[in-house]
Amino acid sequence: MTDHALTTEGRQRMTLTVNGRRHTLDVVPEQTLLGLLRDDLGLTGTKSCCQVGECGACTVSLDGSIVDSCLVLALEADGAEVTTVEGLATGGRLSRLQESFLEHGATQCGYCTPGQMMTAHDLLRRIPSPTASQVQEGMSGNLCRCAAYYQITEAVLAAAGDER
Amino acid sequence: MSRWIGSATQRVGGLARVTGAYEYVGDIRLTGVLHAKLVTLDVPHARILSIDTKAAERVAGVRLVMTAADLPQPVPRFGPQFLDRPVLAVGESKYHGDPVAAVAADTVEAAEEAARLVRVSYEELPAVFTVAAALAPGAPLVQDPCLRPGDPRSGTNVLGEHRFHWGDVDAAQSDVVVKGDYTFPMVTHFAIEPHAFMAAPDEDGIAVWSSIQHPYWLQKTIAELLHLPLAKVRVIAPDPGGAFGGKQHAKYEPLIAFMALKAGRPVRLVLTLEETFQAVRRNSAEIHVRTGFRSDGTITFREVESNYLLGAYADIADRTVSKGGYISCGPYRIPAARIVARSILSHTPPSTAFRGFGTPQPNWAVESNMDEAARLLGIDPLELRLRNLARRGDAFIPGDTPCDGDWEDTVRKAAAMIGWGSPKASGHGRGIALGIKSGPTTGLSYATVRMLADASVILYAGTSDMGQGARTIHAQIAAEELGVPVEHITVVMGDTAVVPYDQQTSASRSTVLMGNAVLQACAEIQGKLKVMAARLHGVDVGSIVAEHGVIRIGDQELAMTDVLKAGLGKLGGEVIGNGESRKEAEPGHPLSGKAAFYEFNCTAVEAAVDEETGEVSLVDYATVSDVGKALNPLQIRGQDEGAAIQGLGHTLMEHYVFDGSGRILNLGAIDYRIPTSMDLPARLRSEVVENGDGPGPYGAKGMSEGALLPVAAAVAAAVRDATGAVIRDLPLTPERVWQALAQREESEVMALR
Repeated sequence: MTDHALTTEGRQRMTLTVNGRRHTLDVVPEQTLLGLLRDDLGLTGTKSCCQVGECGACTVSLDGSIVDSCLVLALEADGAEVTTVEGLATGGRLSRLQESFLEHGATQCGYCTPGQMMTAHDLLRRIPSPTASQVQEGMSGNLCRCAAYYQITEAVLAAAGDER
Repeated sequence: MSRWIGSATQRVGGLARVTGAYEYVGDIRLTGVLHAKLVTLDVPHARILSIDTKAAERVAGVRLVMTAADLPQPVPRFGPQFLDRPVLAVGESKYHGDPVAAVAADTVEAAEEAARLVRVSYEELPAVFTVAAALAPGAPLVQDPCLRPGDPRSGTNVLGEHRFHWGDVDAAQSDVVVKGDYTFPMVTHFAIEPHAFMAAPDEDGIAVWSSIQHPYWLQKTIAELLHLPLAKVRVIAPDPGGAFGGKQHAKYEPLIAFMALKAGRPVRLVLTLEETFQAVRRNSAEIHVRTGFRSDGTITFREVESNYLLGAYADIADRTVSKGGYISCGPYRIPAARIVARSILSHTPPSTAFRGFGTPQPNWAVESNMDEAARLLGIDPLELRLRNLARRGDAFIPGDTPCDGDWEDTVRKAAAMIGWGSPKASGHGRGIALGIKSGPTTGLSYATVRMLADASVILYAGTSDMGQGARTIHAQIAAEELGVPVEHITVVMGDTAVVPYDQQTSASRSTVLMGNAVLQACAEIQGKLKVMAARLHGVDVGSIVAEHGVIRIGDQELAMTDVLKAGLGKLGGEVIGNGESRKEAEPGHPLSGKAAFYEFNCTAVEAAVDEETGEVSLVDYATVSDVGKALNPLQIRGQDEGAAIQGLGHTLMEHYVFDGSGRILNLGAIDYRIPTSMDLPARLRSEVVENGDGPGPYGAKGMSEGALLPVAAAVAAAVRDATGAVIRDLPLTPERVWQALAQREESEVMALR
């Protein structure tokens, strides 16, 4: 971790880029990346549920790898590039995966959807043409209590097919 | 004919979900909001001796520390069935997680720190957390008897005992009587959105935000507690992020409302997942079944005794017991039945509605009993069910709505889907089970539809869309009736100050009851458009027909949207329609009303069991529901598959684990597992039966719960078929299956005559 300039009330200054926008913030050392995104930046698309890295609702991309943002301290993301669900659509256009989720009924209550999509994007980046079981294994860290798992799998496979 | 009805219309509200823009309660940011934290004791049952808040109040940023002493005296109580739950614990903490105080501070961190510093002096008391302990003579009483004046059971932990019977069980002539004792585990809803609540003073009233299914019921509860007119209580209820019954009724909204009024500022409380485990769960249950058969498989009688373990406060759980008990004999022609269903209080978190509403517990037992009987009688389990299944019109529960479907179609379809009767691989077994649930017994839904000058539509419906897709269904109905594309319809929900009353979102009612109200509102608009068309074309209104978005004058067909624009003219404006859908209570009916419809499902599975480890793998899975009419096949599939997989949770893995004193050991996501994408059947297909015979729009019936009901019994039957092991306790964990394999037992035959 880089050295951090101490600011008032034990806060430390950090910078990070979220969805292409650079932010400079003073954060307390115990602040999580999830808290920073939701509370400091108002990016509430990233959801909070279990707080222990088991449910995947808070999944974001950190320097190109997905993480449970509840388990990452904000200061660990100093200087990093973060992508959240708000960054998936570009220029007002949905990503193919977002469209595919809608087409396949892969979002029900929708609360787990941002995390599901971040994981799916990462999965398709690593494995452009996955099998159904690769999708299900790769996304097993994202809980969906509506249990739309088959429709999520189909949405991911369809998006992969289109992007090929 | 239909453009919208029966189409796989994409989810209305889906765009905001895939972009992360949708604001659930916990995403709403109010200026000056205080963050609340509950103070609880790490014991299941304790006498509160004193509470010292001084250290907590000294934490920087703390604005309020509230105990029962700060509330009106006597401390107000609330509850949908009994006014038994205090806003904060009074005198005793009655379950592991029962809040005894609460802190509000400028930050979450300050609130958490202060909550840890609230010093509660208490004396731990013995707790009851099993049916046997709660019913034991001299058991500690969970509820203060003075809360149940005049109830002869107030000196016991039995809150309610519901008895139903028909025919003469004792006179039944049976060749075989099959009996068994079954248990259903204590499980929790685990909505991925933890419960979130917020309240703020609102001029001379209060505004309350909640991830709640029944905003109007909450409005009434808050109004009564605060002695405010309904019009001064505004409940804002964004779509819940999953609810499944767990968000039906008030939990901590009353507390947060009192705190907001005392602090004079908005207060919010977002539960941790661990706290939601202590806030909502399903009743566990012990069920005893006895069924008499003639040797040809005909049922002669059935007795079902279900002991449901409730928590410390009733919530709506006693109603789940009466409703689940009432239909516990299943969808069969049974000449004589004797049913008793008990609500038993315990020192555990309050149980409440959960998908199936008291029905999955006895369903597990009774359908397992059918399977055991089939094997004893030497009759195929599918054939045994078909032999006894109610046919359309049969009063299978005397005095209630008769069988309202061709249920045999559903059963045969599911069986065929997994190749029932065909040869199967070595070590594989097949199981089949039926599920039936009573729909709503009363209901009241209003809808308002405004057709604006450009023929776009705003639709107001007080349903909560918690993922089941009610927004989509209501929009599809309006689109169909008014000839407006779904994309031009905005559905407004979740604000009691804006949207007309709806009784509740439960019992899979909204497609039928609210759907009919939307249909009626659209019919009122159609009537007004006919008057416009008559005026515009100089014809008699009586000669005009309006349907499916079209106005017909003789051979001429006009789009309703064109009639509207011409009729409104230069001044513009709008045409408004109102609808009301009412299902009155029926005095004298044991549930105070007949079922509006039945949810009927058949689930058939093929399983393989690893004899070394006891692990159950589902090779093939078919779930078929009688839905009357599938208004949106994409959403129906989501509901039925979701129900099936959710049901695999209590079937294979989920259960609370208690320590010796009644603390829950597995709070949270690490130690309590729910199905993931790695726990799916290798193949799962869902199908529907559509005979257009439901009471809802276009012949629809309610659905969403049915596919959960028979999951456990179907899977256990497949395990029995594969291995010969009879298991009567859930979940079917590898450890439990392995133990059962080690001591395979035969079903108990009580009498052979």
